Amino acid sequence: MSKLLKINDLSIHYLTEDGDVKAVNNINLELDAGETLGLVGETGAGKTTTALGIMRLVPNPPGEVTSGTIEFEGRDLMKIPEEEMRMIRGNKISMIFQDPMTSLNPVMTVGEQIAEVIEIHQDIAGKEAMDKAGDMLELVGIPATRVNDYPHQFSGGMKQRVVIAISLACNPQLLIADEPTTALDVTIQAQVLDLMRNLKKEFNTAMMMITHDLGVVAEVCDKVAIMYAGEVIEYAPIQQLFENPSHPYTHGLFGSIPNLDEEVTRLTPITGLMPDPTDLPSGCTFHPRCPYAKPICAQQAPKNSVVEGEHRVKCLMFEGLVDKVSIKGTDQGKKEVV
Amino acid sequence: MSSVSNAAKPVDLDKPKAKNKKRSQWAEVWRRLKKNKMAMVGLAIIGAIVFCAIFADVIADYDSVVIKQNLKARMEGPSAEHILGTDEFGRDIFARMVHGARVSLQVGLIAVGLAIGIGGSLGAIAGYYGGRLDNIIMRCMDVFLAIPSILLAIAIVSALGPSLFNLMLAIGISSVPSYARIVRASVLSIRDQEFIEAARAIGANDFRIITKHIIPNALAPVIVQATLGVAGAILSTAGLSFIGMGIQPPAPEWGAMLSGGRQYLRYAAHITAFPGVAIMITILALNLLGDGLRDALDPRLKS
Amino acid sequence: MAASNALLEVRGLKKHFKTPKGLLHAVDGVNFTIEKGRTLGIVGESGCGKSTTGRAILRLHEPTAGEILFEGKNIVDMSKQEMQKIRREMQIIFQDPFASLNPRMTVSEIIGEPLLIHKLVSSKEELEKKVEELMTLVGLSERLLNAYPHELDGGRRQRIGIARALALNPKFIVCDEPVSALDVSIQAQVLNLMQDLQEELGLTFMFITHDLSVVKHFSDDIGVMYLGQMVEKAASKDLFADPLHPYTKALLSAIPVPSLTHKRERVTLEGEITSPINPAPGCRFAARCPLANDSCKKADPELREVKPGHFVACHMV
Repeated sequence: MSKLLKINDLSIHYLTEDGDVKAVNNINLELDAGETLGLVGETGAGKTTTALGIMRLVPNPPGEVTSGTIEFEGRDLMKIPEEEMRMIRGNKISMIFQDPMTSLNPVMTVGEQIAEVIEIHQDIAGKEAMDKAGDMLELVGIPATRVNDYPHQFSGGMKQRVVIAISLACNPQLLIADEPTTALDVTIQAQVLDLMRNLKKEFNTAMMMITHDLGVVAEVCDKVAIMYAGEVIEYAPIQQLFENPSHPYTHGLFGSIPNLDEEVTRLTPITGLMPDPTDLPSGCTFHPRCPYAKPICAQQAPKNSVVEGEHRVKCLMFEGLVDKVSIKGTDQGKKEVV
Repeated sequence: MSSVSNAAKPVDLDKPKAKNKKRSQWAEVWRRLKKNKMAMVGLAIIGAIVFCAIFADVIADYDSVVIKQNLKARMEGPSAEHILGTDEFGRDIFARMVHGARVSLQVGLIAVGLAIGIGGSLGAIAGYYGGRLDNIIMRCMDVFLAIPSILLAIAIVSALGPSLFNLMLAIGISSVPSYARIVRASVLSIRDQEFIEAARAIGANDFRIITKHIIPNALAPVIVQATLGVAGAILSTAGLSFIGMGIQPPAPEWGAMLSGGRQYLRYAAHITAFPGVAIMITILALNLLGDGLRDALDPRLKS
Repeated sequence: MAASNALLEVRGLKKHFKTPKGLLHAVDGVNFTIEKGRTLGIVGESGCGKSTTGRAILRLHEPTAGEILFEGKNIVDMSKQEMQKIRREMQIIFQDPFASLNPRMTVSEIIGEPLLIHKLVSSKEELEKKVEELMTLVGLSERLLNAYPHELDGGRRQRIGIARALALNPKFIVCDEPVSALDVSIQAQVLNLMQDLQEELGLTFMFITHDLSVVKHFSDDIGVMYLGQMVEKAASKDLFADPLHPYTKALLSAIPVPSLTHKRERVTLEGEITSPINPAPGCRFAARCPLANDSCKKADPELREVKPGHFVACHMV
């Protein structure tokens, strides 16, 4: 069965005067039509760079796709001319950026901004496009009468809905959402996530949801890829991720989240800090922070090992090179010095 | 949320670093400035002019070479003895230009220093306190701005008499409003930032907040404006001396030298040309440096 | 209602801002008490007034009305000199670990400044020694003494902010969303640190946040704010076990749970938050409340004790 999106061994580096920033390193991801993939990770993990890479929006200079292919509907997006790529952006692949406050042009009405993407990709113009824009607004829960309002007249949550309307106006096959609800209040976030879920079902849009919030992942995603230092260190269908998180980093993430339902006296954070992308650790990039690291972890970079079915993880414990330990979050107890 | 943590370049704890080494931000600015070739050209030219200004007496003795007239050698072109020729009184042009550099720089730096001192203080107070005080100060500045600065300078010099000091005063005062504006704008943008609230929370008084917290962060646009301001001051000095309101003869000053050579343009153009070119190059160099500084300081401002 | 070991008591606190469109009621009549050594969490979404409350307590915003009793003394009317002394007892940790540090000062200058202002050290050596002690207290390496904030990551910068707040040895600290701007794993580190410091130093905290899961873990009592008013107040456990106000229920249910098995019944609120400018009389939540009826729009609900230690401001409870 051919996948909608298949990323193979993708690497993206930024060549800066401070060094070679290895933002994305040899990642592999797949997505089926209508599926939602969660891309989870903290700041600097490489999630946004991956998304920009798919859209071929990585600023060049200083960014550069140094290896890999991105197959969309069978074609390698890295090889098609810019003309064709432009026909795909906004049309077959749409992107929602993180900050709704700055994603909209302040001097254009929301109707004009929705109509713009319609006019670029479809043979509709003028009044017909504006009518369609009004329809899109209704679809995202905003009265069509507001089609001539300016972005500053809307609240944060409503602006994000407008952004969603723009991204879905041409009924794309794939929607990339980069932390679409992080900047919103939690009650508004709930509304927007509901909206996205319903629209996704209605249009059968595949979605790549970039987030750091495992709660959001649990609500919206079918599959999850956990990113750390530019690599996908764990990839699983959602059920398996929550039942059997395998990578020590994933465990650390779960342990860092205060749980609403349990009595936790102390959180169990991951020690240390994200590595410097111009100077990544040798071997396994997570080894300096891993409570289970052994000497071999500094020497050998782990490959993808299968845990079960589609669940794969990059850890030497699963290659039989390090003894498997029953993983619990570890609390250092003492204060650590950074 | 993502942008905040990502903004830092993590300090590498594994590389040994002397505890007391201060990695100054100015070093960072300098590093960026070095990359801008045009700015470096400008800096080199300024450096040469500053050198001339400092060592003017070593290069050419004032009394015997600069002001002593030698009517036998009038208006000679460039030669081995006089590198840039002689002027209408037989004085060596190169020697006069070197001393003129000293005058120009003095006026430039002191006039701008005065303007920053007075204008900056007024702007900082207006920006920090706001309200009526802001209104009063800035409306006064507006009145000054309504008068063309060169006319204002002429008026002051006329009132006080032409001398080097009065020239600096005049040009300095006429520049006060623009620095007041710049500093006020800077202060306004900094005043509402959280670290100012933090300073209040730990008990800092207004004076400390303005001097230790606001002004060091407001310097960047002032520095850029100052570089260009020195250029402007030099031009004003030249202009005022040209019309006889500045440095009095026989003291050498580029604008006065321009004026002196006016009548002889036809057959001894070099008397006017050389000081004119000197003015042009200096202004150009200052502008290049100022532009470079703006770019080097800007990323600092953004973060 | 003054408890004998109450460190801070706030009565009828109001803060209004004049705007071109009208009077903005940022904080409109807030009452609470915090006992020594305890943590009060203040929760709410944007525009509820929680940050303004925190700042008003420290008189970083001058309160429009109300009393703030610190150790029994009303600080609202204190003179500048008296306030200087109080500042040593009440400090604040800010949300943005970058904006709250002067980019032109080194780590040691930032942490040492409070000591200089209040003349608590008599020599350079003493200052450096105290700064190093504070850095060790918050887990910052000595090597960072002369580093600048922009060279450090969010977690370290926030530790600098904490060290600065501790420099004067305060009794009470307002924490304004201290971990919201940090990555999840760093959040956990900093929260643990703050917990340790509370135990070690006997600190009293007011913990302001929009993140309910963080506040449960950290607070003894919690107050929920909406549009400038406190709508519910209870012990942490009680609030989560038995939320009474419709807004609290909606807030709790909106939080995405990182679990597939636990499905909370979602109460989705309609519409958007109403304006805090010239608010109409009546319950301010009525416009979005699933339980609202006409009487809700007529009279302001009062914060009443409906169960021991559990207060709600709602006509329908």
